[in-house]
Amino acid sequence: MHTPRTTLSVRGLHVNYGDHAVLKDVNVDFPDRRLTAIIGPSGCGKTTLLRTLNRLIDNTEGTRITGEVLLDGQDIYARGADVTGLRRKMGLLSQRPTPLPMSIFDNVAFGMRIHGERPKQQIAERVEYFLRHASLWEEVKERLHQPAGGLSIGQQQRLCLARGLAVGPEVILGDEPTSALDPISTRHIEDKFTELKERYAIIIVTHVLRQARRLADHVVFMYLGEVVEQGPAEQLFNDPQHELTRAYISGSIS
Amino acid sequence: MEKSTRNRLLQEQAALWMMRSAAFVVFASLVAIILTIVVKGWSSLSWEMLTSTPQGGYYLGKGGGILNAIAGSVYLALGSTVLATGIGLPIALYLNVYASPSGRSVGMIRTALDVLFGVPSIVYGSFGFVLMLWVGIKVSLFAGIIVVGLLVVPIVARTMDEVLRSVRPEMKDAAFAMGATRWETAWKVVARQGLPGLGTALLMGFGRAIGDAASVMFTTGFTDHVPGSIMDPAATLPLAIFFQLSSPVPEVRERAYAAALVLTMIILILSIFGRLLVKRSSKHTI
Repeated sequence: MHTPRTTLSVRGLHVNYGDHAVLKDVNVDFPDRRLTAIIGPSGCGKTTLLRTLNRLIDNTEGTRITGEVLLDGQDIYARGADVTGLRRKMGLLSQRPTPLPMSIFDNVAFGMRIHGERPKQQIAERVEYFLRHASLWEEVKERLHQPAGGLSIGQQQRLCLARGLAVGPEVILGDEPTSALDPISTRHIEDKFTELKERYAIIIVTHVLRQARRLADHVVFMYLGEVVEQGPAEQLFNDPQHELTRAYISGSIS
Repeated sequence: MEKSTRNRLLQEQAALWMMRSAAFVVFASLVAIILTIVVKGWSSLSWEMLTSTPQGGYYLGKGGGILNAIAGSVYLALGSTVLATGIGLPIALYLNVYASPSGRSVGMIRTALDVLFGVPSIVYGSFGFVLMLWVGIKVSLFAGIIVVGLLVVPIVARTMDEVLRSVRPEMKDAAFAMGATRWETAWKVVARQGLPGLGTALLMGFGRAIGDAASVMFTTGFTDHVPGSIMDPAATLPLAIFFQLSSPVPEVRERAYAAALVLTMIILILSIFGRLLVKRSSKHTI
């Protein structure tokens, strides 16, 4: 069996919003080709941690970031780091699906086009490939040029997945990616994650413990901006080492 | 029925009536205006009026038309709307995609636009005139387009700004997360999402530009000819209406209403046409 190689790690990361410390000395190694779930009560900094990984946090006013986030050994916060190139390596699924204001086809083609892919034939082939990859092709092949906003919420989220995969990421980030979805669409996305983790590092933030149990190989438990405990899912769920983890998993804090 | 419940129902009724009356006032004013100009102006409206320029003694009741003012106004409004968009759209995109949302520059720009919005158009007119004297530009369509364009910038920019502000931040994040630059996010995603609203902003700018009299008085001038070049002076409908209304001759005053009718029709046709375009452009809006 091949040993997972860590492609993404966080070292001594602090994030302050004004005087408020949102993340305190976070150190995490995200294993490759595994699904990592970041869990913890609301406001513990899960989403902030996720947003530091593709530097979307740069767009939030008044945040100060210290520490390192290493992607393939390179600090993404180093001076002169290529932010758009970095983001290309990180697909993102947000809480509510966010189709772009264009057709289904153009949504998937968007990333390829901005990254300079031009030949029409090639784009069309890859759009089909990624729509199939996200299990959406059969449902949309007759209406590729219709507005993406006309899809159901569940379909929209799979479209966003296809769109994210189309730019060729190494890591897939999900910020509670199923929280707006109905149970069937949630299944779709979860099944997809299980399949995709063979090829990508997947990191999701979730407040649904059962989802973390179902999907995660690796779990990071956060509380009040700190990583309390992290490790293989089995160990963390069955034999938590820390009092707070135990309390959260048993449901006595939420 | 309990007393508190009855009071709440009364409140509900009162509020509803208040809103209905307000809506009625707006609608009734529109009808009253249109009726007035139609009733007073219809009989003077003629093909000749729309297609010829004033002949000698037009303002004393002799023959001719207001083609000079129609053409001047349309050129002026089109030119200044294009100019205002060229300035307003980048401002709106800057405020909503480039600048940090709570940054100081954002507040300053919005306040500046709001203040400019309140500056009376006669002030723009006289400011423009001073500027023209200083630079050495004569009264012309060109000068008018610049001054009216500046007059319209605050409306266009602020309307566009509000439109783009309503684009969900997650949509911008989605574009950024795929590695889009700020320009790609602004132009291909945010502006596209806001397209219908941007169209409305254009219409508002055009309406203001074509209807303003005070700012064009010193800058565009007035002439009986259709402008042949952008450096020629041009007549405008609001001033044509003003001159005709001040005439002692009753027929000329009636022509003023006909001119007002023409001005209103231009705006009305453009609004309807614009609405259709807006509707088509909103196809992809999420």
